Amino acid sequence: MIKVSGVHKKFKSKQVLRGVDLEIRDAETLTIIGGSGCGKSVLLKNIIGLLKPEEGEIFVDGKETTRLDESDLLEVQKKFGYLFQGAALFDSLTVGENVAFGLNNMKTIPPNEIGKRVLECLAMVGLKGVENLKPAELSGGMKKRVGLARAIAHKPEYIMYDEPTTGLDPIMADVINDLIIHLQKQLGVTSIVVTHDMKSAYKVSNRIAMLYEGKIIGAGSPDEIKNSKDAVVHQFVEGLSQGPITLNLDKNF
Amino acid sequence: MKRIKKVPHFIGNGLLNTAEGIGKAGYLLFQTVYWIGRGFVDWKNTVAQMVEVGWMSFPVIALTSFFTGMVLALQSGQSFKNVFNEPVFIGTVVGFSLVKELGPVLTSIVISGRVGASIAAELGTMKVTEQLDALYTLGTNPVRYLAVPRFIACVTMVPMLSIMSNIIGIFGGLLVSVYKWGIPSTIYWDDIFNFMDVGDFFHGVIKSFIFAAFIVITSIHKGFECEGGAEGVGKATTSAVMISMVMILVSDYFLTYLLVLLRIG
Repeated sequence: MIKVSGVHKKFKSKQVLRGVDLEIRDAETLTIIGGSGCGKSVLLKNIIGLLKPEEGEIFVDGKETTRLDESDLLEVQKKFGYLFQGAALFDSLTVGENVAFGLNNMKTIPPNEIGKRVLECLAMVGLKGVENLKPAELSGGMKKRVGLARAIAHKPEYIMYDEPTTGLDPIMADVINDLIIHLQKQLGVTSIVVTHDMKSAYKVSNRIAMLYEGKIIGAGSPDEIKNSKDAVVHQFVEGLSQGPITLNLDKNF
Repeated sequence: MKRIKKVPHFIGNGLLNTAEGIGKAGYLLFQTVYWIGRGFVDWKNTVAQMVEVGWMSFPVIALTSFFTGMVLALQSGQSFKNVFNEPVFIGTVVGFSLVKELGPVLTSIVISGRVGASIAAELGTMKVTEQLDALYTLGTNPVRYLAVPRFIACVTMVPMLSIMSNIIGIFGGLLVSVYKWGIPSTIYWDDIFNFMDVGDFFHGVIKSFIFAAFIVITSIHKGFECEGGAEGVGKATTSAVMISMVMILVSDYFLTYLLVLLRIG
């Protein structure tokens, strides 16, 4: 279980998180929704320890992680798989080497089993015969799927998906949604999905939490969020231009 | 008046940013040396970087040093001819200039442009595309995986390139000395070896080692700290090259002073 308590994070003078409280239960898929630039990815990076909050605590399986030294933090990070927004594949390595990267470093399985595991993971995300290609030779959707294969290769307890469907065509987005559901059911992992794609959020989530102005302003089942009476949540999930969320647009336009 | 009031703020900010940058680069150097000391060196990756820094830079170093040796022989020959009516001590001038100064400095300047820029751009791109974050999530420390091989490659290859540069430059000088000024090659070699000793050689090698450390740490630091997409990568690359070049040229004076004080060359 992951517990986020009173987390604050700022970049220079910009306060992004203003006291986030959130609990992610074991084996659930929690989706964090919110507008672009509201701090969803920042929250994910705080949870996994890529960023350190100025205030607050984050517990992973009961262990407070914000004050761990680097080697202890690396041990905690091994429990996580992370699908980055742009896949973040290593350009200089082949697809196979990318997927094997974490396995080689974490030494969770014997070296002679790594090749087999790489092919299994690639097959799980629907990719075959691509292990010798370089990331530059792949389409956006394929890159995301390779990123996902890399994230699940070491069989993490938690998988974090940062905008998994952004930039994909609707069919490929739905393929990724199915993969998230399939992986959760097959591997029994706890998943945290960050997105502003409501169709995807409703499909993959057990619970949805909305981040707005640096705080979680509402959390509940997809149905509860869909029918929320909160004006901000309602405006966001319905995708309305009029409401309490203002984008500082030119009113004369 | 308002603008004048902003000046101390501007200077203060600049000083703070510089101090922060020096501190971070110093810590990066410490971490790099720490991982090397603990024996965490990926030799496959390191050898690949050595080939990139050493072998791939060799043609441009060879070309520039050959012509530098030639022009030194041409200039010194002409100057001595004007002063003494005789082009004397060309070997001595070419040898001292190349081995103690131009070999290490020119090699380092070329490396900062070729290798430093490439390191800053590559690591900067990795930073803005979240590849550095991905390394952490896959149980790898970026300093260990990226900085250590590049550091070892630079601090070993730049001194070697500098030595090669000295040799090639001296041969360039020999060519002009013999065919332009008509000096027998034995005299050219005597002019070099009668006045130079092993201390002069180490003087240049030590300098090139330190310049290499400046280049590689500055470039890695700028790459790791890069922000803001393509524009950020461009700025990181430019600033890595500029800072490296300025540091090479400024520190050269102080290093020379120190080495002379220590009677090395």
